[in-house]
Amino acid sequence: MTGSQTVAKPPAVVPPAPGARRLQLARFRDLALVPAIILLVIVGAIIDPVFLTQANITNVLQQQTELSLLVLAEAIILIAGKFDLSLESTIGLAPALAVALVIPAASNGLGTEVPVALAIPLCLLTGLAIGAFNGLLILRFKLSAFIVTLGMLIVLRGLQIGITGGQNLFDIPQSVLYLGNAVWLGLPASIWICGGLFAVGILALGFFRHGRSVYAIGGNVDAARAAGIRTDRVVWIVLMIGGLLAALAGLLMTGRLGSVASAQGDGMIFTVFAAAVIGGISLDGGKGTLFGALCGVLVLGLINNILTLGGVSAQWIQAIYGGIILVALILARVTSGKAQD
Amino acid sequence: MTSPAPTAATAGAPLPAVAARDITKRYGATTALLDAGITIAQGETHALVGRNGAGKSTLVSILTGLQRADSGEVRFAGEPAPALSERDAWRRHVACVYQKSTIIPTLTVAENLYLNRQGGGLINWRSLRRRASDLLDEYGVDVDPARVAGDLTVEQRQLVEIARALSFGARFIILDEPTAQLDAAAIERLFDRMRQLRDGGVTFMFISHHLQEVYEVCQTVTVFRDARHVLTAPVADLPHDELVGAMTGDAGALLSSGASRASVSSEAPTVLAVDDLRLAGFYEGVDLSVRAGEMVGLIGSGSSGKVALAETIAGLRKADGGTVTVAGSRPKPGSVPSALAAGLGYLPQDRHREGLVPLLSVAENATLPIAGKLGPAGVIAPARRRAAAQRMIEAYDIKTSGPDQPVNALSGGNAQKVVLARALSNDPKALVMVSPTAGVDVRSKESLLGAVASAASGGTGVLVVSDELDDLRSCDRVLVMFHGRVVREVSRGWADADLIAAVEGVNAPVEGAQVQ
Ligand SMILES: Nc1ncnc2c1ncn2[C@@H]1O[C@H](COP(=O)(O)OP(=O)(O)OP(=O)(O)O)[C@@H](O)[C@H]1O
Ligand SMILES: [Mg+2]
Repeated sequence: MTGSQTVAKPPAVVPPAPGARRLQLARFRDLALVPAIILLVIVGAIIDPVFLTQANITNVLQQQTELSLLVLAEAIILIAGKFDLSLESTIGLAPALAVALVIPAASNGLGTEVPVALAIPLCLLTGLAIGAFNGLLILRFKLSAFIVTLGMLIVLRGLQIGITGGQNLFDIPQSVLYLGNAVWLGLPASIWICGGLFAVGILALGFFRHGRSVYAIGGNVDAARAAGIRTDRVVWIVLMIGGLLAALAGLLMTGRLGSVASAQGDGMIFTVFAAAVIGGISLDGGKGTLFGALCGVLVLGLINNILTLGGVSAQWIQAIYGGIILVALILARVTSGKAQD
Repeated sequence: MTSPAPTAATAGAPLPAVAARDITKRYGATTALLDAGITIAQGETHALVGRNGAGKSTLVSILTGLQRADSGEVRFAGEPAPALSERDAWRRHVACVYQKSTIIPTLTVAENLYLNRQGGGLINWRSLRRRASDLLDEYGVDVDPARVAGDLTVEQRQLVEIARALSFGARFIILDEPTAQLDAAAIERLFDRMRQLRDGGVTFMFISHHLQEVYEVCQTVTVFRDARHVLTAPVADLPHDELVGAMTGDAGALLSSGASRASVSSEAPTVLAVDDLRLAGFYEGVDLSVRAGEMVGLIGSGSSGKVALAETIAGLRKADGGTVTVAGSRPKPGSVPSALAAGLGYLPQDRHREGLVPLLSVAENATLPIAGKLGPAGVIAPARRRAAAQRMIEAYDIKTSGPDQPVNALSGGNAQKVVLARALSNDPKALVMVSPTAGVDVRSKESLLGAVASAASGGTGVLVVSDELDDLRSCDRVLVMFHGRVVREVSRGWADADLIAAVEGVNAPVEGAQVQ
């Protein structure tokens, strides 16, 4: 009895593989939320005729722009198999730091009075630097992304309070206000920016080699490395893009509200995750599309608007909103037929 | 054939395709390779064999640039190997099918095949799928390129990996245990393909625990033992016994494990009964029973439905009809916990996916099912767990630096032993095992099968689902499945040729062939 033997097999009778149908289903999964969006629009129209006015729709969309940029950032990071909780602090700290550097000390600035033209570059640079620092801790020091960014969330929020003395900043330079206020071709600039960035993201992640490598890394990082993908570099870039998008979202929010609140972005991260997961992004990495994430944002925005229009009392709106998010998660689970992970 | 590298590159005396010299690699306290080396001549198929944990896969990761050796050098056709960061340069020199799956389960088959080489600029998905489907056709792999790779069977994934490795056009290809999960027809196709490529001048390094495969396709063999190079010789000059002797370090003949077990009395209670079980597309009207202390084999080709049947018994699939009875009770169909509670032990086919928790230690993995017995009220006493794990490590000959090593740092075959140790740890009443010795070296195979046989002597009813005749030799009887039906039963002492013929459906009744 030596070695081992393996016996031969007859020509394989492969169980029927519903290849074509499966493919179509996979495409439909992307569109899973579209019926929900249509349903919400109908419900909204029934509840209040104001709902379908252009002003209301524009308003809904504009209010979602900042959230949607954070969801865009988080979705890419989740697809790469990582985590970033600190985005909700970046959205406050980045504009706060940039503004504090340019405004005089009398308006709660730092007194450095850097040229005003540098405000926007400084803001974006701050976001980029935060992403890079997260990447350093996660990739170089091999720390858990969850813990690192949870720590960063607290540290960055603390930095903002330290820099501004816990005050809201009101003396905002015009350049910083511009993006959040401007109207291009009849629509708020922020909607154009978000739409454009999502389009770029969808294209990059769906149709470019480097974008696909993000999926590969989230799916199986060892396999991605074996296929020649520079996994650390890609993840690092993804984290930096995440910080950059959060800083941009901070600019838009500052412009829209006309000030930098000391708690700007506080608590947003939960909604960000809810939108991403409802939109079909897996917390395990490697799964989901940016289009789905965008649909997730729209669903939440519509629900919020309908609740407001429906006259739900302000004291209850949060509990109901949270409950609806849970229901939406359950529905997303049921319609996609796959476990959420 | 393994002439040392000439000092000057001349057209007449080709440099070896690859030469690794004095490679040392340590993982903490474990020495995976110690001054080991290999020289593979241009155009030959070179086997690398050795026991589990000998350092074979470690050498593969060094030869493919995934890891840096602590010392030593690698040369390809005389040139020093590229820097670790230059993945593209490595891929021009060498392509590889790794022992651990490098398929990305969330992506489609097509994208897995062309990962990171989808073409520049905008990816054209339609043409990518077409290229993928051409590639799969070329290697006779019947898989829809648009499917998500995670839905493929183990065998299909393995075939996709092989097709991908061959498609790079590299002149040197490493195959690390490519055949462990394949059935004979797929293996034959692979070997045909390898011979064709070899005729075209491609060099192979081939790793397998099936020594007869080494004799079938390789010209030269290198043996590693305990992290060191032991010998390199032409295959033709090295009889089987000497090869095994070189691997194990002793010349003793292999035992035939458990073949001498006493036969089961006909009064023994039935511990596993399957009655008229059906699952459309896989099997139909299957009856079988296993008595306490009995070992029953189940053999059949890849399309016979035997693995699906085992998965149904274990609760991983839900049958369309029929019943499974484990030790007198009927577990809820499609429920693994219920099957386990009824006293079933199960050894899955895909140990990476279903078998082990990769980051937990050997001790934790091995003692998962008996965790409740390691201390009062669900508290796990670490010392008792360590002691239990240490006993298993010794009993099953698991090569590890200790019970605390995470299982993903084990070599492939040793990980398989942990899965088996775990399946037996709970003293199950009935045990279902799928390919229990896949990737396990010749000597460890003996001890594993011995352990299974002694569990059977202790009163466990065992169902061994396997293609390997050696796994089945100690069975009291062997059932043959063909296209979803049990077509034949042979009792111990069967002739190999007879069983193979039955599996191939040569002299078996074939009326059950149209199962859909
Ligand atoms: N990442 C790691 N960390 C720690 N030890 C490791 C790691 N990878 C491998 N080892 C150890 O190195 C030794 C050699 O492992 P290797 O995978 O090369 O064995 P192998 O010859 O391929 O065995 P098999 O036939 O079972 O696949 C083993 O003892 C293993 O436990
Ligand atoms: Mg190995």
